[in-house]
Amino acid sequence: MTRMVAEDVARTGSGPAPLLTVRDLCTWYFSNEGVVHAVDGVNFDVHAGRTLGIVGESGCGKSVTARSILRIVEKPGRIVRGSIHLHPPAGQGEPRDLVQLREDGPEMRAIQGGDIALVFQEPMTSFSPVHTVGNQIIETIRLHDRSMTKALARDRAIEMLQMVGIPRAERRVDEFAYQLSGGLRQRAMIALALACNPRLLIADEPTTALDVTTQAQILELLKRLQAERGMAIMLITHNLGVIAEMADDVAVMYLGRVVEHAPVRELFRSPQHPYTRALLRSIPSLHVPPRQALATIEGTVPHPLNRPSGCPFHPRCEVAIAGTCESHVPDLLPIGTGPAPALVSCFLHHPFGDGARQETN
Amino acid sequence: MMAFLIRRIVLALITTLAVSMLSFLIIQLPPGDYITSYIAAQSASGSVVSEEEAQNLRKLYGLDQPHYVQYFRWLGQVVQGNFGQSMEWRRPVGEVIGDRLGLTMIVSLAALVFTWLLALPIGIYSAVRQYSIGDYIVTFIGFIGLAVPGFMIALLILYFGFKYFNLNVGGLFSLEYAQAPWSLGKAWDLAKHLPIPALILGLSGMAQGIRIMRANLLDELRKPYVMTARARGLHPAWVVLKYPVRVALNPFASTIGYTLPYIVSGSIIVSLVLSLPTVGPVLLKALVAQDMFLAGTIVLLLGCLTVVGTLLSDIILVLIDPRIRLEGK
Ligand SMILES: Nc1ncnc2c1ncn2[C@@H]1O[C@H](COP(=O)(O)OP(=O)(O)OP(=O)(O)O)[C@@H](O)[C@H]1O
Ligand code: SF4
Ligand SMILES: [Mg+2]
Repeated sequence: MTRMVAEDVARTGSGPAPLLTVRDLCTWYFSNEGVVHAVDGVNFDVHAGRTLGIVGESGCGKSVTARSILRIVEKPGRIVRGSIHLHPPAGQGEPRDLVQLREDGPEMRAIQGGDIALVFQEPMTSFSPVHTVGNQIIETIRLHDRSMTKALARDRAIEMLQMVGIPRAERRVDEFAYQLSGGLRQRAMIALALACNPRLLIADEPTTALDVTTQAQILELLKRLQAERGMAIMLITHNLGVIAEMADDVAVMYLGRVVEHAPVRELFRSPQHPYTRALLRSIPSLHVPPRQALATIEGTVPHPLNRPSGCPFHPRCEVAIAGTCESHVPDLLPIGTGPAPALVSCFLHHPFGDGARQETN
Repeated sequence: MMAFLIRRIVLALITTLAVSMLSFLIIQLPPGDYITSYIAAQSASGSVVSEEEAQNLRKLYGLDQPHYVQYFRWLGQVVQGNFGQSMEWRRPVGEVIGDRLGLTMIVSLAALVFTWLLALPIGIYSAVRQYSIGDYIVTFIGFIGLAVPGFMIALLILYFGFKYFNLNVGGLFSLEYAQAPWSLGKAWDLAKHLPIPALILGLSGMAQGIRIMRANLLDELRKPYVMTARARGLHPAWVVLKYPVRVALNPFASTIGYTLPYIVSGSIIVSLVLSLPTVGPVLLKALVAQDMFLAGTIVLLLGCLTVVGTLLSDIILVLIDPRIRLEGK
């Protein structure tokens, strides 16, 4: 098992051993209408101290990926294939495959909120409406550190609230989420997530519900906390501006798959996948006169129950290769050499038959 | 919170007043008045009341006064615990229903407790295991509980209890205690008789409770705070109990107020079938016999019970829901 991961790391060649390696992750929803391939073969690495941005249109499986890593996929969804390896700090044991752990077992529950924490888009509904903010922070602290007394945990909760910049934290700790403003609420959510010093913070569209000023403040806060604590952040967003500002690496997702995985500068400078190119073209630029329609990507995202065969992007792809793209699935493979090459899943870069998967469907 | 409570109490008082007017209306409803019935009753037994005598009687009872004066007089009497005379029983109304009122409360409360004790866990199970076989069974039984009238179930239990177990399930007391003064033995006897009527009376409420709890909880289970709680490493079972169940309880608690009088008035036919000494059967008889003071009093008491129940659920709601507790602070 370790060998496989080691080989993987060598193959993606991203310098030091990553914190989290996700390989061929498939999470499907078995509904009455059919099977939704919400996540269908996702690959990426998250490195300590770095931010991985995950970007893609609505419904491409970003949130389901996050929930899969935390093993909180709700019914009728299920991880059907793949691995999620969490690597311990150097020299402290073997990596563990989270997919193999029982989702409500003690090992996984120690990781949930302990090693990996989650911040959601909706700070209002992410807190219980009938419990105080402090109650939930204290509960989490004591759950992961049994030696903590109530009083100590409370002090720590107040400290956390101060750290995320909440004024009068010793009073706010006894307030309910709905008594806080949107920005403070999201700060409290971050305090809750960081209460047990996670090594990885998954932030699922943490600023979408906030106004622009608050949004910038929260992103600033995340950056500061990352610098102070050296944690990894997996930042999910469909805002490319946020990606440009925050991310070190980017994974572009389309229909449950990562189609391109590259360092952020490289991605913006020379996007390789046709979908990434279309996505970047759709950003409003300063040259576009106001009120002019934004360039959007041709076509619409297919219905999740009606996935295209072959390369999932082929019905919308301007450069699709007839005879190949509609019948074969391209693998995510490195382009070029060097220490951290970009990974792209497209037959333009890896001609069919040249190491690409010979899969038909 | 204080403001909220004061507002509710004022509202309760106004409602009570409205209920009392309604009760008075019921008392006044039949053509003629008490004296007319009195004259009719007298002539039935052979003696004749002269017109002059009738007028005197009317003056004596204040029946020649306008309606609102009569209403306030009646209200004044009621407040002092004097509910008037039952024509049917020829005894003061208070005496007729006094004992029964206490027993009615006991039976209703037992039914309520039973409703809650079963509806809560079953509703939770049903929501958490949505679409499981257990959920389907529970939902099916719930529908039966709603669709089959209580007296029907009472009859069935009476019949089968007698046929197969030689049990006499009717009544609230064994023969030797029925007329006896209150004692420890009598209380124990009551406790032994209580479960079956409580079960039957609580059945439809329970079915409703299960449906309410299931629906509320299904809504809450989808909320993000459930997922964040799981993401913090809490055990899934504990997550469900601490967060969504807690939230789903609120609308549930607010139904107690309506359930209580609903059980009392809904118990009439079941009480007849099971020969329970509660106010239900008396109300029925009073309405049939046009025993208006008795009927009016029972309606008044049921109304007050609803008001008190509603106030109670409001207070419970305030206690368990901080969103209301802190409103207007
Ligand atoms: N409970 C569910 N049952 C069935 N399908 C689901 C369920 N949850 C998610 N999906 C499907 O999974 C796919 C991916 O959803 P996901 O929420 O991960 O998208 P996303 O990339 O986070 O989108 P957004 O940007 O809108 O948040 C969607 O197509 C959705 O239809
Ligand atoms: S594989 Fe083919 S269809 Fe898919 S992105 Fe590349 S060129 Fe377009
Ligand atoms: Mg999402």
